Amino acid sequence: MKIIHCPLNGPRNISEFAYGGEVEAMPDPVSCSGDEWAEYIFMSDNPAGLVREWWLHVATAYWFIAERNTVTDEIIKTYPPSELYKQRIEFAKDID
Amino acid sequence: MPFALLKYGFSKKYPARHSFTPRKDLNQHYDVVIIGGGGHGVATAYYLARYHGITNIAVLEKGYLGGGNTGRNTAVLRANYLTEEGVKFYRESLQLYRGLSNEFDFNIMWENRGQLTLATTDAAMRSFRWRAEVNKHLGVGSELVDCQQIKELVPLLNLSENGRYPIIGGLWHYDGGTARHDAVAWGYAKAACERGVELHQLTEVTGLKITNNRIKAVQTNRGIVECGCAVQAVAGTSSLLAGMAGIKLPIHTYPLQAMVTQPYKPVLGPLVSAPHVHVYIQQTSRGEFVIGGGSDPYPLYSTRSTLEMKESLSSAIQELFPFIGNARLLRQWAGITDMTPDYSPIMGLSPVDNYYLDAGWGTWGFKATPICGKTMSELVATGKVPDLIKPFGLDRFYRFEQVNEAGATAASH
Repeated sequence: MKIIHCPLNGPRNISEFAYGGEVEAMPDPVSCSGDEWAEYIFMSDNPAGLVREWWLHVATAYWFIAERNTVTDEIIKTYPPSELYKQRIEFAKDID
Repeated sequence: MPFALLKYGFSKKYPARHSFTPRKDLNQHYDVVIIGGGGHGVATAYYLARYHGITNIAVLEKGYLGGGNTGRNTAVLRANYLTEEGVKFYRESLQLYRGLSNEFDFNIMWENRGQLTLATTDAAMRSFRWRAEVNKHLGVGSELVDCQQIKELVPLLNLSENGRYPIIGGLWHYDGGTARHDAVAWGYAKAACERGVELHQLTEVTGLKITNNRIKAVQTNRGIVECGCAVQAVAGTSSLLAGMAGIKLPIHTYPLQAMVTQPYKPVLGPLVSAPHVHVYIQQTSRGEFVIGGGSDPYPLYSTRSTLEMKESLSSAIQELFPFIGNARLLRQWAGITDMTPDYSPIMGLSPVDNYYLDAGWGTWGFKATPICGKTMSELVATGKVPDLIKPFGLDRFYRFEQVNEAGATAASH
């Protein structure tokens, strides 16, 4: 069994977690072009190597960030999203 | 007997037949370079040579012929999709499959077994009725069946009402079937090589030379090859190769695992799929049960197998066919799949003028091999995108016009 070190719950079985996609900067949905939005929604570098991803510990509904190697399947490190996101993001700020 | 066999083997009167290009140096220039020597690559080469008179072609394969996902899929052939675009495309592929053995003079072991997908909820039955009606309208043989009909088709299936997920009906796709996947690659390669195509195995592409938005040459581990145009057909590593051409694709790479049991007498005719427990099964002509399921839960470029998948496939298949609990597993393996957001392929033109894409084949690539080769060859020869694959262009994502086949594909071949 593979173990993920959850920043909140410590080492847990990987079956307790769900993969949530790459960590990517979101363009401003109001001002960006259609192409930029398509790029953000669909396109991916999909690298063979190190990636930074969102993971969810399902039982505690806790989202965190993991750095993982997509060739060797090693999880290099995990940390809370607050290390990357210093400010709250208002998704629906300008959309009424 | 052994001596007779040796004598036969070494006799000049019975020379071994060379079906593929013997090992030789790469030419300096080819009209068409096809990157990837799987089913799709060699099929494209074959149709180019057969219908378009283009034979100065090199198919470059980093491993051996059909050794990637062509040899790792579970050989399910069907056309019971949901969208008009999808059904029309896969329908043509099934048609071509029926004639391939004769066309190659080489048996690809196509069998019209039929494919049965099981439902356990009313919602599943509604979506099956939708698919059946779309299929019938477009000339693909699909119909709804009830439990009595299922019992007649698959007598060994557990239809008990006391199970965890009692089966209430199914989608019977009587046009579906299977074929030997290696033989499809071998047949296409043989027929292509007979027409002058060169197959270069152990030839890995390491870079692409692009100037003025046109591909001029392909860098390989055996030297540089100039080309008139190039096709990429490298399921599993599509993002990486497209990256060398500066093209970003809407693909995430996931392993897809399967396993096979020891052989039994023939007891299971149709291919049976149970999306509610993420498992499907077929009995090969050798008697083994091939058991497959959904993709891995997270992206990875690796063909490793996992205990979790073995457990989930085993428990699911025992619910359907309890006797399989006594079978021994022979092998478990994985392929690497290009998963696209809408579960449809990415075929056709790319942002580079003379570089053509055949990617995004997720878990549905083998069944499309013939039609893919045929349409890609037409594109390469004429420069025009055939109508059949127009909906599958990379640009559909920028127009937000996806071809949604998620329901007809996910874990349910």
